[in-house]
Amino acid sequence: MERGVKEAQQYVWDGAIPLQIHLHDSEVTTLPPPSPALILAPRIGYLPLLSSQLKPFFSEALPPGVDTIWFEYKGLPLKWYIPTGVLFDLLCAEPERPWNLTVHFRGYPGNILIPCDGEDSVKWSYINSLKEAAYIIHGSSKNVMNMSHPDQVELWRSVMNGKLETYNRISSKLKLGIIEDEFSGKPNPSPSKGQHGVDETEATAAVKASRIPVRLYLWTINEDFDDLEEAPHFDSWDQISYINRPVEFNTEGKYFTLLDAVKSVLPEFYPDSSNRTNAESTNEERIEPEKESHPVIKLLRIQGIEPKMEIPFSWVVNNLMNPDYFLHICLYIKARKTIGT
Amino acid sequence: MVSIKATCDGSLSSINFQIAAITFAEKWKKFNSDLPEWLWIDCSNRLGFAAHGVRDGYLSVQNVFFQIQRSLKEDYGECSSLNDYEEPFDIATLTTGDDGYWYDFHVVYSSSYSVPVLYFRARSSDGQPLNKDEIEKNLPTGSAKVLTDSKWTFITQEEHPYLNRPWYMLHPCGTSEWMKLILAGENPAIENRNEQYLISWFSVVGQVFGLKLPFEMLKSVG
Repeated sequence: MERGVKEAQQYVWDGAIPLQIHLHDSEVTTLPPPSPALILAPRIGYLPLLSSQLKPFFSEALPPGVDTIWFEYKGLPLKWYIPTGVLFDLLCAEPERPWNLTVHFRGYPGNILIPCDGEDSVKWSYINSLKEAAYIIHGSSKNVMNMSHPDQVELWRSVMNGKLETYNRISSKLKLGIIEDEFSGKPNPSPSKGQHGVDETEATAAVKASRIPVRLYLWTINEDFDDLEEAPHFDSWDQISYINRPVEFNTEGKYFTLLDAVKSVLPEFYPDSSNRTNAESTNEERIEPEKESHPVIKLLRIQGIEPKMEIPFSWVVNNLMNPDYFLHICLYIKARKTIGT
Repeated sequence: MVSIKATCDGSLSSINFQIAAITFAEKWKKFNSDLPEWLWIDCSNRLGFAAHGVRDGYLSVQNVFFQIQRSLKEDYGECSSLNDYEEPFDIATLTTGDDGYWYDFHVVYSSSYSVPVLYFRARSSDGQPLNKDEIEKNLPTGSAKVLTDSKWTFITQEEHPYLNRPWYMLHPCGTSEWMKLILAGENPAIENRNEQYLISWFSVVGQVFGLKLPFEMLKSVG
């Protein structure tokens, strides 16, 4: 059973996106222009971390000046603090292999992207997300803030270099074990309130509700398309809604599915949803023809997978979360706009 | 009741934040006619679909002007708000109408930390945005020290959750801790505890910029 969890986590950590990276025309000063770089980017990693691999390809072609790396996809500057895999799942409705990106080393769009000064900025952003996740889970970020400096460095390095064993060894000290999950055979290593030295039975009895860190990237569409290839592409981040809301998870023996979790963080679309057994309504949504006002999930992707909505949410969290302890969900929802909006 | 528990641990629920925000804006307007008004920016329909019975949004005040007072010695700069600021010693000052910075402040609720968060951006009179160093340099001297010494908050640049643009904010990770201390002496069962939360919160974060709440507003929540 333990092996099941390790396997799934290893799959996630091994996941990578093949990239074909072109230097932007405006920055090419050599003839012939440099050929695109072909590299494999870890799903759980971040684009600016590829900088050291990319520079050798392009440094000769660059105009003189200071380099500040940034990426764009079809004209859309990419938010560097979003994990690479999430960007791919979100922006490429029909997965493009390799994924063609354009790299810039000049002209950083500071009015759209927050500054990135290299690895340190990415590390800071990662630790910040980890603190936020810890706060959501425990009500306090103390365990992350109190990490020893060597531990923090090693944890970050393990994420950068995809060293899962090191990551698990250090992150387990943070006691961020989230949900009792009978489906992965992985016991909850700690009570959700993070009390050290509390009697185990007392702690488990006290744990009835948890908050799970979730980040949802939502595209609301009102046209229909049958084929993902026909999905219009994004030219602005304003078309995507970023929902950073924890899922309130009640562990009282109820069967809480992925669909239940998604509904609970989107009360705008699902006003009646609450933590209840949703087996019936799940079937309802799939069998009944689409009502006019009924939102329909066109696509839901986590770590490049499109999981069945009936899967227990606890399994999804324990196996598919990112190293920052957030579950990142990409979602396309079709909903009819009301007249007059 | 959930709200009583919330104020005891220094946090605020999303619904209570919305209620308190509207009241805050009304009182500010009533007691503070010198400064621009706070507006509640409704974002309930931002997902592109008319939300059913769900309110989402934030408080916004735009174009708050902070005048810089410069001495004849060019290397000395202070910032004061329109309310009041005492020069510690008597020096000749040179001010022009343009000599100041324009701030926008947004109060946005964080679901992760269950507290309000102050987002802000600043620009000079010619419209040039200020960076973090320039902003910190121009804070009232007392608060700049508080920021650097304290573990309660710090200025950081992050994406505005609704506007998709980089804004500055006072990081919320310590907010519930210091709110717990502030509210410790208060009676949690009073009627306007949500209002009290937000007013107490603002009386602290506003100080970073030299923004003081009018006495009547503080008095109104006991």
